[in-house]
Amino acid sequence: MHLLKAFEEGMDGVFVAGCLEGECHFLRGNLRAKKRVGHVKGILTALGINPERLQMYNLSAAMGGRFVEIAQEMTDKIKTLGPSPVNTGQGREPVEAQEGEEKEQ
Amino acid sequence: MIVAEAKPIEEVLEMIDRYDKIILAGCKACVAVCAAGGEKEVQLLASALRTARKTAGRELEIREVTLERQCDPEYVEQIRGFAGDYQAILSIACGVGVQYMAEHYQAIPALPGLNTSFMGGSLEQGVWSERCQGCGACVLHLTGGICPVTRCSKSLFNGPCGGSAHGKCEVNPEMECGWQLIIDRLKALGEFEARFVELFPVRDWSTSRDGGQRKIVREDLKQ
Repeated sequence: MHLLKAFEEGMDGVFVAGCLEGECHFLRGNLRAKKRVGHVKGILTALGINPERLQMYNLSAAMGGRFVEIAQEMTDKIKTLGPSPVNTGQGREPVEAQEGEEKEQ
Repeated sequence: MIVAEAKPIEEVLEMIDRYDKIILAGCKACVAVCAAGGEKEVQLLASALRTARKTAGRELEIREVTLERQCDPEYVEQIRGFAGDYQAILSIACGVGVQYMAEHYQAIPALPGLNTSFMGGSLEQGVWSERCQGCGACVLHLTGGICPVTRCSKSLFNGPCGGSAHGKCEVNPEMECGWQLIIDRLKALGEFEARFVELFPVRDWSTSRDGGQRKIVREDLKQ
């Protein structure tokens, strides 16, 4: 819900930072989150928004350097994609091959 | 419970394309339990529909409501005060709820946001399975608690048929043969000899869908 709301409000991209797989404080919480992210990517595709605008990364609280790398990587990706079609109001976004889209399991 | 699943968003978007002000109505009963039409799903679908409209440069006003049930007039009537201000009601209840909306609000189109699938239960989180077809003449006491109408692909009463192999159904090799389940269960209960040797008589399907729309009247409860 929060992911979708962010796009509705006009965010150009969202990344979800989960803990490392197998090391979640909530046991399977990050794996569940991964599935939810995959589901929302499917919804975004149906809405005409490039699902690449939503990404999930796994890293621990001690990986500050990696967090910076990811934030930069995500920022570069979104700059390449340009503003969200929610902001331009010019119709569906051309979506290339759905690389990296998480399949629901 | 009645189990349903969301229609593809593209189909819903096409359905509401000519409207700019709609009511999106969820139901707190069966479809909430099967995560298809409860309060959370109302919020999700409303957000998705608004987002899609924004990408097209158009606005969509959605009044989000989730009723206690959409299969009882007193709850359906709860939107009476504002229903007239909207162009359509998109219901994500089961087919009963959508029809109740249509019957109660004749001047406004009622649209289905779900595909109502079957009566069943959950096997695990996120997995539901059919158990009952509402045939109106239950025989579960004779079949080891396993429904031949639902679990046998042909709804046979004197199975199994020749398509049963290694406990699986010819319709789908992943699907268990309902009659194999019934026989195994009756054997486990020690009732196989008593139950299975007797043929079921020809079935009267008039209590099922073959008799047309069904209705139950309880004179002791009726006002």
